[in-house]
Amino acid sequence: MSAPKYLRPDTLAIHAGQTPDPLTGARAVPIYQTASFVFPDSDTAASLFNLERTGHVYSRISNPTVAVFEERIAALEGAPAAIATASGQAALHLAIVTLMGAGAHIVASNALYGGSHNLLSYTLPRFGIETTFIDGRDLNAWRAAIRPNTRLLFGETIGNPGLDVLNIPAVAAIAHDAGLPLMVDATLTTPFLSRPIMHGADIVMHSATKFLSGHGVVIGGIVVDGGTFDWEASGKFPTLTEPYAGFHNMVMSEESSVAAFALRARREGLRDFGASMAPMTAFQILQGLETLHVRMPRHVENARKIVAFLAAHQDVAQVIYPELPSHPDHELAKQLLPEGAGAVISFEIKTATGTTGSARVAGKTFIEKLNLFSHLANIGDAKSLVIHPASTTHFRMDAAALKQAGIGEGSIRLSIGLEHADDLIEDLSRALVAAAKVAGT
Amino acid sequence: MKFLVQQQPAYAYTGGQTFDTGKPSIVFIHGAANDHSVWTLQARYFAHHGFNALAVDLPGHGRSFGQAKITIRQYADWLIGFMDSGAIAKVVLVGHSMGSLIALDVAARHPQRVSHLALLGVSAPMPVADILLDAARYRPADAIDMLNIWGHAPQMKWAASPSPGTSTMMANKRLLERSAPGVLASDLAACNDFSMSAAELAAIGAPTLIISGTRDMMTPPRAQLALAKQIAGARLVSLEGIGHALMQETPSEVLDALKQHCVIE
Repeated sequence: MSAPKYLRPDTLAIHAGQTPDPLTGARAVPIYQTASFVFPDSDTAASLFNLERTGHVYSRISNPTVAVFEERIAALEGAPAAIATASGQAALHLAIVTLMGAGAHIVASNALYGGSHNLLSYTLPRFGIETTFIDGRDLNAWRAAIRPNTRLLFGETIGNPGLDVLNIPAVAAIAHDAGLPLMVDATLTTPFLSRPIMHGADIVMHSATKFLSGHGVVIGGIVVDGGTFDWEASGKFPTLTEPYAGFHNMVMSEESSVAAFALRARREGLRDFGASMAPMTAFQILQGLETLHVRMPRHVENARKIVAFLAAHQDVAQVIYPELPSHPDHELAKQLLPEGAGAVISFEIKTATGTTGSARVAGKTFIEKLNLFSHLANIGDAKSLVIHPASTTHFRMDAAALKQAGIGEGSIRLSIGLEHADDLIEDLSRALVAAAKVAGT
Repeated sequence: MKFLVQQQPAYAYTGGQTFDTGKPSIVFIHGAANDHSVWTLQARYFAHHGFNALAVDLPGHGRSFGQAKITIRQYADWLIGFMDSGAIAKVVLVGHSMGSLIALDVAARHPQRVSHLALLGVSAPMPVADILLDAARYRPADAIDMLNIWGHAPQMKWAASPSPGTSTMMANKRLLERSAPGVLASDLAACNDFSMSAAELAAIGAPTLIISGTRDMMTPPRAQLALAKQIAGARLVSLEGIGHALMQETPSEVLDALKQHCVIE
């Protein structure tokens, strides 16, 4: 008798969470475009509301199409449960408000997506939740920033847009020593480049708008309960370990030994905040998810070719990509991201004077001369994308804050798509020539 | 709810209801290296339909203190101690896998304490493969994967979960990983060592229900059928396409079978 095996991630990406529709035999995931679901009888209805039976009641709480997406991501992340949300931002918000309330504190890496920075830095303080931003590479800074009221440590697998690689095992150990969970935004890596729970993270979130979908046609997010954190042993999370008057005094950690966080997030967070995913959105994400395991290696392969081209180019001052030996996280990337460090690249155009003004003009010219690359605020599309963070995603940050996040005022961010790499290189080459003329190099 | 059993604090999930001595009690017993949470759906239903539902954490499991026992008989004695602690004279006893053996032993030796018996994923004897016993002793991570994969119907590796947004297999894997070191090996050895004579089985007087999954690889359907023939009047409910993790793979069908057995209308 040989040891049995789980299905491999490539297979899970195509099949997990779906049983062909028993009524119609439909092989594709049906779009259950319905707000609510008929109860077979009154007793069953009462049981569904009281969590005595499983099933769907109302699509804000759960929906069969959305559940396929949730279960597929849970399987890919190796986690007990996942909850799809209306956006990646909604996933971040749902996780935070499930864990804490006014008076709580978060420690976060300063290398974050601009939208996450906005929520933590400007919006949540209005509701009494403060965040201390630290240099994510500085393990002592993580430790030192933890206060008695800290409830969460948060970072990104690859910090967008500075491309800092989060030392998940080390930061998780710091979190756990303090009785706290670590949440990781794994948008840039997807489960095919990084499975943060395996490295010690407790909660994972994604913007599903990006690589998970790959087509750039939807906005969506997902938060994953790793089932690893012992909320009762921590004693710092009454939302999960004490009776909840809003749901028959249910104690989430008694109800579910391994998915108390997801239980509360669904039964309170989706119910009351209502940022749930639409069935059509889930269907569209699933169309992309089915090829994620094929797309991610191609994204990485193309990114590596572009990095090699840019690094050797006379008009490029600096290329930031974790696989480059010059990157501060090079060794960490080899350890934690052996399948590739994603498909987002930052670089600086060389300028003659080195002044801020010329850097901005050169960057603007470069972007305007590109043909194949699309100038927009997104990443993770099949199409290659480009943006100038200082004037778009991070425009609220002043020069000092940008520098702290590892972004220059003339930094260009590329999200490498699935086109032929040579076509992309030719496009970049033309634009660099034009930018060099402006930059005076 | 907390009890004191054999001088150690013990926990039982009550489905969110307060224990009421005026109600009949139904006690749910989990399997090897599991805890009460495998029963929360079914226990919650009974708790809200006229019963004291008590899904125990066996000693050394979940929230119950003390060392895990090394024989089924010791677990059965602990369960009688649990009932005594709550001054519960008679119960509907429901067990899954190792828990079904504990329930069998209690029902055979203490027939006056069991009004109805329900056994899920049961076989008696319950031989455990050498490869699994060996892994549980020396490579527990491998043993957890074996138990998790063999413990579910094959389609559960990918199929839709009855509980929206959850991965049935990953949830069970985490639960097994949470068990204290050595508990899985000790529990599996207890199952493997268990035996019960035909005379002891014949002594069981409580109306008995056996719920079996047709794709159960841990306690195959033929073993459940054989056991049903040895217990007077035992009724066998066979659930098509279901594996060993019956309560997670098809929670509502399990609940319906239990309701019918306990005559809840």
